[in-house]
Amino acid sequence: MDLNTRLQNVTVIGAAGKMGSGISLLLALEVAYRALENKDRTYLLNLVDVSDGALQGLLRYLREQAIKDAEKQMSRLRRLYADREDLIENGEMIQAFADEVIQHVRTGKAMTLAQDSTLVFEAAFEKEELKIGLYQELAAICPREMYILTNTSSIPLHVLSEASGMLGRVIGYHFYNPPAVQKLLEIITPDVCDSELQQLAAELAKALRKTVVPSNDIAGFIGNGHFMRDGLHGIREVERLAQEHGYVKAMFFVNKTSREWLLRPMGIFQLIDYVGIDVFQLILRVMENYLHDGLHSPLIDRLLEQGIKGGQTSSGGQKNGFLEYEKGAITGIYDPNQQAYVKLDGTWNLEADAFLGPHPDPSMSWKTLQGDPRLTEKLRAYFGKFKSLNTFGVNLAAEYFRASRTASQRLVDGGVAHCAEDVNKVLTLGFFHLYGPINDYLD
Amino acid sequence: MTRMPKPLYLAAGAYTMSLGTGRPEFNPRKARPGLEHYIQEVGRAVFEQIDDPNDIDEGVIGNFMAARFNKQGHLGSLMTIAHPSLEYKPMIRVEGACASGGLALATGIKSVLSGLADSVLVMGVEVQNTVKAVYGADILAGAGWFAGERKNGGAYFFPQKFSDRAGAFGAKYGVEKSRAAMAHWYATAIENARLNPLAQEHHNAVKDLLAQGLTPPDARTFCEHINLFHCSKVSDGAAAIIVCTKEGYKRLGLKRKDVVKIVGYGHAAANLTAPPPDLTELTTSRKASGLAREMAKISKEDYGVIEVHDCFSITGMLSLEALDLAAPGKSIELVMAGENKRTGRFPTNTGGGLVGYGHPTGASGVRMAVDLWKQLTGRAGDFQLPLKNEHGVMISMGGNDKTVVSLVLKR
Repeated sequence: MDLNTRLQNVTVIGAAGKMGSGISLLLALEVAYRALENKDRTYLLNLVDVSDGALQGLLRYLREQAIKDAEKQMSRLRRLYADREDLIENGEMIQAFADEVIQHVRTGKAMTLAQDSTLVFEAAFEKEELKIGLYQELAAICPREMYILTNTSSIPLHVLSEASGMLGRVIGYHFYNPPAVQKLLEIITPDVCDSELQQLAAELAKALRKTVVPSNDIAGFIGNGHFMRDGLHGIREVERLAQEHGYVKAMFFVNKTSREWLLRPMGIFQLIDYVGIDVFQLILRVMENYLHDGLHSPLIDRLLEQGIKGGQTSSGGQKNGFLEYEKGAITGIYDPNQQAYVKLDGTWNLEADAFLGPHPDPSMSWKTLQGDPRLTEKLRAYFGKFKSLNTFGVNLAAEYFRASRTASQRLVDGGVAHCAEDVNKVLTLGFFHLYGPINDYLD
Repeated sequence: MTRMPKPLYLAAGAYTMSLGTGRPEFNPRKARPGLEHYIQEVGRAVFEQIDDPNDIDEGVIGNFMAARFNKQGHLGSLMTIAHPSLEYKPMIRVEGACASGGLALATGIKSVLSGLADSVLVMGVEVQNTVKAVYGADILAGAGWFAGERKNGGAYFFPQKFSDRAGAFGAKYGVEKSRAAMAHWYATAIENARLNPLAQEHHNAVKDLLAQGLTPPDARTFCEHINLFHCSKVSDGAAAIIVCTKEGYKRLGLKRKDVVKIVGYGHAAANLTAPPPDLTELTTSRKASGLAREMAKISKEDYGVIEVHDCFSITGMLSLEALDLAAPGKSIELVMAGENKRTGRFPTNTGGGLVGYGHPTGASGVRMAVDLWKQLTGRAGDFQLPLKNEHGVMISMGGNDKTVVSLVLKR
């Protein structure tokens, strides 16, 4: 059965969640365009989630985003609507397209919506028993040829497919947040996987204009395989520095260094807050369960016990976590001893400067280097300065840099990634780093 | 009409900033001033220059599509907010697509010639940033023939129309040469805008403008033969000037040195439902500007300053040919040699034109008259030319060369 036929009845499970809603949007647009190009076929996109309210919000989101997408695809839409004499202006076609998108969507809480689907996308919570139960249910109600493309980000897929009786019929389709915008798609192919499914997955990725990085079916895959270890390194550094400087200042120094000295878009703790401390813990647990690699942090457990979770509000705002935020800017640091946020003031940066030493090149930052045609050359010169500087900040950053590289190299050596380039692609495309972690800048 | 029945003058011109992308004041996410603001701001700037606003007899306002951009009709009445003295005076709104400003001038001229008025306040206004460009394209497409052209037109209707002209021009005279000339047009427009503090591109600091202007067109996302740099801006703004008799300007407290004389006037409209007879020529512009020059009884060499409707670079070049400043296809050489620059033989669009100053559609024709008035009376500030000749000419064009008003002004 070809991709176009399978896309005539698709289901997304967990459709209204953060990742699910983005995946639903991608599919809703793809289905709508295909419906306009194949008028003799019917298309149906079933969006399943546990909350009616969230599903209504999802429909609003799909309509808004369909309009935004249509506004950018006007020439294409004018071609597709050439035979619709009632649609003359751009605005009329844009509204018609938004209607088209919604017209193919069915929402509901019942899994039975998926019963005619031969392609199911799963974006449920990262828990083995939940996913296995869902797959069993799907296997019972769907046609025999049904395949599952799962957004699982850490659980080995062979575990899920074996336990649910879906061996060979599950493939990892790990989008990055937000799925509609992020170009990266990590495709995880378990050892047993139908070749037809592999082909479909590749063909769809092309249609969705994603950059595919293949990963092997080892817990955490590439993205979380690096991120968890990178985060744990940051936590260990905080714990080390806390002995001398106290926890709050140590947290400030490490977050600052990991962003400003390593030229990353966010400090490591800002990133964990963005993902959610609860999600971070969950993924650590999953990975530790399969890898037995010391992937655990008492600090993470302690924060969660105190109700400090991070993550995002429904409107995309940043919730407080390790750090406190106001309109996206960091304004404080959580102190688990006091169980309160300590406000940052102007003296913090001065103290950091005194302790860390001057930044190796204040003209260089993640922001200023965006799209720089001489990026590699500039990065080489920047990290080249590290050797001649012996400040605390440079040493801390160099240590961080090497830890990131070691974690990445282990992904290649351990067979998670096919090659160094794939790890680098995940970090640059999925995490927006300026450079891949496997490099020779500090050699 | 081969001569003006009586001497007419333009006085006390002014225009607002052209607000839109490029201006640091512009933030698409924040609320912006509406029609009322522009009408009042430009009105104030005119009234500051005259003794007593009560001496204005009538008002004309040119506007293209406020009914759609701003959901506002009845602009003749709205224009009275420019000053309390306008209350209960004859006020009228005129429309002729992007030549609405030109038509406002024509209407003001006719009012004064009729003898019913000695001084007519002529204004043009448009506030277009109320909608995204993709919807603005729908609204502006109203300048074409909706029933016959819109359905098969491009997403960006007018860029597509003038891309077709650029394509035909390139096919006839050389694609590379014509694209290079269009890039030069863009570079000159920005250089001029940098001298005009009210221009939308005033702050443009791009170093290699020519390279930018040479960006290859992308038919998939925009048009086959032009790029975005070859287009005028989406703009909010207003312009105003007074059309008056000698008695009229004297009553306003002005002297001959403060005003310019209208010595040539041409107005022509072509069939909206018919395709242009020749894509490589602005036939209606040629007709209207010919009438104006004939009335002025001057030769093309007498033009000291020129204002053309460069809604696109190619339109600017074709306008120079319509003015007979270059033979067909030779605007390429003229522009490449920099003869349209402020230092060249035919200084054109010295305040930036539609590409550099901006294109608040209904205001553009009036803005052109104001820029000529500024140059000819020595009020152009940083973009003042050392004038070699005492005549200026303008072409205000609407749609795909369908309505054109041309004036020749004399110091």
